[in-house]
Amino acid sequence: MYRYDEFDAALVNERVSQFRGQVARRIEGSLPEDEFKPLRLQNGVYLQMHAYMLRVAIPYGQLGSAQLRRLAEISEKYDRGYGHFTTRQNIQFNWVELKDIPDVLQDLADVEMHAIQTSGNCIRNVTSDHFAGATADELMDPRPWCEIIRQWSTFHPEFAFLPRKFKIAVTAAAHDRAAIRVHDIGLHMKQQDGTTGFEVHVGGGQGRTPVIAAKVNDFVPESEILDYLEAVMRVYNRFGRRDNKYKARIKILVSETGAEEFSRLVDAEYAAQSAHEKIDLPGDEIERITAYFKGPKLPTRPLESTAFNDARVADPDFDEWAAVNLHPHKQAGYTSVTVSLKPIGGLAGDATTDQMMVIADLAEAFGHDDIRVSHAQNIVLPHIAIDDLHAIYQQLQRAGLATANESLITDMIVCPGLDYCNLANARSIPVGQDIQKVFADPAYQRDIGKLHINISGCINACGHHHVGHIGILGVDRKGQEFYQISLGGRADEKAAIGEIAGKALSQEEIPAAIKQIIETYRSHRTSKDERFIDTLERIGHAPFKEAIYAAD
Amino acid sequence: MPLIKNNQIIDNIWTYVPDDAPLGDESHIILGLERFLAERLQQRSSNKALGVRLAPADDPEKLRPYLDELDLIEVDFPKYADGRGFSQAQLLRRRYAYTGELRAVGEVLRDQILYMHRSGFDTFSTTRADLSDVMAALDEFSLSYQKAADIREAVFGIRQKR
Ligand code: SF4
Repeated sequence: MYRYDEFDAALVNERVSQFRGQVARRIEGSLPEDEFKPLRLQNGVYLQMHAYMLRVAIPYGQLGSAQLRRLAEISEKYDRGYGHFTTRQNIQFNWVELKDIPDVLQDLADVEMHAIQTSGNCIRNVTSDHFAGATADELMDPRPWCEIIRQWSTFHPEFAFLPRKFKIAVTAAAHDRAAIRVHDIGLHMKQQDGTTGFEVHVGGGQGRTPVIAAKVNDFVPESEILDYLEAVMRVYNRFGRRDNKYKARIKILVSETGAEEFSRLVDAEYAAQSAHEKIDLPGDEIERITAYFKGPKLPTRPLESTAFNDARVADPDFDEWAAVNLHPHKQAGYTSVTVSLKPIGGLAGDATTDQMMVIADLAEAFGHDDIRVSHAQNIVLPHIAIDDLHAIYQQLQRAGLATANESLITDMIVCPGLDYCNLANARSIPVGQDIQKVFADPAYQRDIGKLHINISGCINACGHHHVGHIGILGVDRKGQEFYQISLGGRADEKAAIGEIAGKALSQEEIPAAIKQIIETYRSHRTSKDERFIDTLERIGHAPFKEAIYAAD
Repeated sequence: MPLIKNNQIIDNIWTYVPDDAPLGDESHIILGLERFLAERLQQRSSNKALGVRLAPADDPEKLRPYLDELDLIEVDFPKYADGRGFSQAQLLRRRYAYTGELRAVGEVLRDQILYMHRSGFDTFSTTRADLSDVMAALDEFSLSYQKAADIREAVFGIRQKR
């Protein structure tokens, strides 16, 4: 993984000093809250109903053991023994006091971490594939470019007061696990005539106006990508709407201007850059950064592990877990392990101090110190020898981290909802938990197969309901909590916005309705290999809608 | 209102004349972009020094043919959250090679001054910072990841010269 050099370290430390000064001025009164707000947001500090919340950046979701331990310590010292991993591969802490935040940031800086630009109307943490550098299905490792983009966007003087927040995601795998088509900019790495480059998608997003990004360029070579990004950002900074917060994202600029005209504007801005304006990233610098991501030297191992096979026979729960939570590694004898943060009846993405410590220890002992946070709010240990799986599993199990549900129906993205969020229309957490209970049986879940249910407590869509295969949105009907089901959303390379199935249902009706959807799928699928989303695509929405509303 | 340029407090000799106000007999006047474009020839013969104030939506490219005759361009930040002025400054300085005074006016906050300076502003008209604040703000970071309109080299390049 990337390690700071003296320049990166200096910048992060100077940022801590700068923010320490700003907090001191805020507390002493010379800096009013209104002027402090953008400064604290650009350091990840939110003011919530009762306390401050601190969002710490986990660039492209990668952590080392020492870093995760530091996060665990912070969760104990400043939060109430929890950390909350987010859908943007970051972590949030609640209950942190403003006066303590400069110290927390210093603790983070000491392990090469920060909270820079995790909020505010600026370029946010760059996200990526959580299996990057390990998965068998990628063209190359996208993380070097994520790191280059992180550096370029950090403290960018021109783009710190954009019309609205700005999110960039990068993938290099055929199967898009980074949801690039629902980001402000999505980059898909490609190779053309021996040159590495990027397919550029702009203007995707969720929220109250969900949009799938438009492809604005088929191929921008790597030597030009930062200049091209500057051109996109400048067009957005100059022409994005600032009259209405809900129309300020780049997706509105792209849709109001038209994708073609928008890409013409970008091309014109790009063409107008003169030589001295070019970023001119030295080739050696690309190589230097790429070298950090070479990955661990993994000793050769046999494809089959007898220890593993024997343990699966002897321990049926392990067998269940191993069937679900592993992802194919590019090297024989290894695998990527998903540590589910979605226990039945739990809070999606939450980990306790102890759980973080356990994961850090496992990564150190077995995982070459490499830990990832996934967009689905789980943890991944990307390089694990298959021989070690049973030992790891047993420790995870003791820590309550061995739920076997990666990408299954109970591995839901659920926003905090009315229980924690003051913008909510309805609760999300109990709805998710009720659904989990219906499908808790591991064999039943596995039979259903890969399926994403996403739940949001209001139109802001933090639970990504628009792109859930089954989406659930909390709505307010005359002061009552109701839920609208949508079908057919997806965030991958075939990204689509789900279609509303029909009238909203009450909280009590939701689990049964989901059960009806699932049973309809099971009776129509051609075989167990046909996933829910593929059956839906093949037979259309009508049979599912009928099933949901049959009881009326 | 204090005016700070190159780490010094300077006197303001310029007067901004709103679009609908008549011109007085000041020697240095600042006009809005459209008025400047409409009246520049006429005013030049009057021996007044002319400056322009850009509003956030103004296209700085319209000034490109006249940059040599301008001693001052003001970029207005009516609300500090409106960051269009940063792009206007970068265009003027880096693409159009404007070398005269570039002044940030409006809601100019102490903690924006570093980014303003990096974007090309050399003068700050602000009630929210005094000279020592401005000097401290400009000193908060010793390095930058990007090239901009100031003289700093990007870290990407510095590394390769070690
Ligand atoms: S979707 Fe709505 S309810 Fe859920 S966290 Fe976001 S703002 Fe809150």
